[in-house]
Amino acid sequence: MAAAAVPPSLAVVALVVVPAVNLVVSTLDAGAVSGVLGDQRVWEVVWFSLWQAAVSTAVTVVVGVWPAMVVARHRFRGRAVFIGGLTAVFVLPTVVLAAGVQVVLPGEWARGASAIVVAHVVFNLAVVVRTVAAAPVPVGLEEAARTLGASRLQVALRVTLPLVAPALWSAAAVVFLFSFTSFGVVRVLGDLSSSTIEVEVWRRAIRLGDVSGAAVLSVLQVVVLAVVLVVTSRMQRSRGLRGRSVLSPVPGAWSLAPVVAVAALVSAPLVALVWGSFRSGGGFSLDGWRAFGSDEIRPGLRLGLDPLGALSASLVSAVVATVFAVVLGGLAVAVISVTGRSGAWLDAGLALPLGVSAVTVGLGLLITFDSGVFDWRASWWMVPLGHAVVAVPFVVRPAVAAVRSVPGDLRTAAATLGASPVRAWWVTVGAALRRPLAAGAGLAAAVSLGEFGATSLLSRSGSETLPVVIERMLARTGGSFRAQGHALAVVLAAATMLIVVLIDRWREDRVGR
Amino acid sequence: MLTVDSVSVSLGGERVLDGVSLSVAAGEVVAVFGPSGSGKSTLLRAVAGLVDVESGRVLVDGVEVTEAPTHRRSVGMVFQDEQLFPHRDVAGNVSFGLEMAGVERGERDSRVAEVLTAVGLEDFGGRDVSTLSGGEAKRVALARSLAPRPAVLLADEPLTGLDADLHDRLAVEVRSVLRASGTTTLWVTHDRAEAELVADRSVSLLDLGWRA
Repeated sequence: MAAAAVPPSLAVVALVVVPAVNLVVSTLDAGAVSGVLGDQRVWEVVWFSLWQAAVSTAVTVVVGVWPAMVVARHRFRGRAVFIGGLTAVFVLPTVVLAAGVQVVLPGEWARGASAIVVAHVVFNLAVVVRTVAAAPVPVGLEEAARTLGASRLQVALRVTLPLVAPALWSAAAVVFLFSFTSFGVVRVLGDLSSSTIEVEVWRRAIRLGDVSGAAVLSVLQVVVLAVVLVVTSRMQRSRGLRGRSVLSPVPGAWSLAPVVAVAALVSAPLVALVWGSFRSGGGFSLDGWRAFGSDEIRPGLRLGLDPLGALSASLVSAVVATVFAVVLGGLAVAVISVTGRSGAWLDAGLALPLGVSAVTVGLGLLITFDSGVFDWRASWWMVPLGHAVVAVPFVVRPAVAAVRSVPGDLRTAAATLGASPVRAWWVTVGAALRRPLAAGAGLAAAVSLGEFGATSLLSRSGSETLPVVIERMLARTGGSFRAQGHALAVVLAAATMLIVVLIDRWREDRVGR
Repeated sequence: MLTVDSVSVSLGGERVLDGVSLSVAAGEVVAVFGPSGSGKSTLLRAVAGLVDVESGRVLVDGVEVTEAPTHRRSVGMVFQDEQLFPHRDVAGNVSFGLEMAGVERGERDSRVAEVLTAVGLEDFGGRDVSTLSGGEAKRVALARSLAPRPAVLLADEPLTGLDADLHDRLAVEVRSVLRASGTTTLWVTHDRAEAELVADRSVSLLDLGWRA
């Protein structure tokens, strides 16, 4: 097992630790620090990042808590579809969902802070609904409160809310993290006055070539996030409620109203995207789909973007990133399962990319592999490598949880029945790993297909992936570019949703047996 | 005073109570015993308004409450698994019903102290409920239900899960607490001996015309 520990340890050092150290070292330049911190625009960006994330989080929680309680309490037809649909939207490529939101919102609302908040809410409702629905509902305590004279409202405010609050806080922390470090949504829907730190990091590194300044901003972002997470971690402590809720039938069709409303809210941007792909020149048109793979503005005049090339680049990236993430993640989990406590650093190292942002991951890799024999910036595999680093927590987290759920005695039992140590491991831990690793592979592919943050820093001209091409097309004026961008977005959305639905189906099949 | 008049209840399409009638005089403690799964808890839940009554009437102190919401029935309930609020300490649990009734702070505090003393837990007000022993948790649950002075107390196997020695001691204590407070009580249990120990009068399910 010592040999198995080498590749994941090396990978964590090369892809997480060294880039992180490099980022911090880059900020040690006093000129860069004062240049960034003295820039009025930076503080405007920090302020915007904070308040839009706070508003996005508050709205998501308020909109999501009611349908979440319905899902947590009742069984109804379409319940699994509702949860699965929200999850599929959560995994959608950011530029795709942002494009949909842009079509739905009218005129001046289609760009700027309000559009960004709407997109964040649509994205993150899955976080609130899934987290709250997974927490046990205190039905017995609610009944106890009613026999003590509490009205329905008093029960909700004095018993239910305080008891689901920890789940709400942990959902809120996650929503805040995603909204605060939002990149794709802000690139598509933002304007000059609405830009996040994440976008500013990209702008400095790529547009202005100011890598030190970008590094200072990245570190600033991580610090703010750490403060927020530490502050909210106190609120996330559970009150010791245990067990799973027993689902009861819906008391009446009216009680499904919040579920229907949220389903409509979440599907609107997707429907709009399809609609948008058939609109050009103010009317119905097939131009967007006819021009689907075209790289010309008109015969002989190049667009400078190659949709079909991007599609194949995306597919290749997805395959390579998935293989890389699953091999790296699988080895790491195997090592963690055997070493226990001493494998904790591997666990933490591979979870880190989830806590920092995709752009930070991209920037770290960019400044790490930029000199001597390690100057790999022009290599095609930098993009899938970045995707793999972003996706690896999605492979590792569920797999580690599955490994931890295997009782230690099981391996001993296998050994006393004559299994060699390796075989004992394989039939117990190995068996528990296969399912989460396969599901993790699907998620990694979906993440890679839609990845935009790290890609924006790592991709080279001529090797753009589909999300990059979609964003550029939507940024152009002209109806047929938009329709073409929407058509490409529809295809990308369909591909990622298909993957997520397949994973969900497969999981439920297995769980059902 | 509690009157249950020809009450029928169905759960999930199955008839659980079929025309049950029963009355408990003011200040009386009546125990109903019978095997588990026979609908004892459902009877209490029907009286409390936690399940819908299909036909029949429930009267508390002569007032019909069959259609009234639970919080307007003036019933208190002690649950088998206590159901203490984990986000409140012992005193916070006991004062909950008083808060719902809009009782003022000072009066609330003295009533909480009074009932905690009655159940032998006078120094437990500040304790986290997760630190209580099984017997202490049962006492707190009883104190919580008695604090708002309900017209009728419903006790759903409240001594289940204790060891035999503690069970018997607590049964005697509870009996004297209920007597001292003059609380009209309907107590259900699977244990005939417990029923006879606690109650003024005990009734078998079968005598009530139940389809056990």
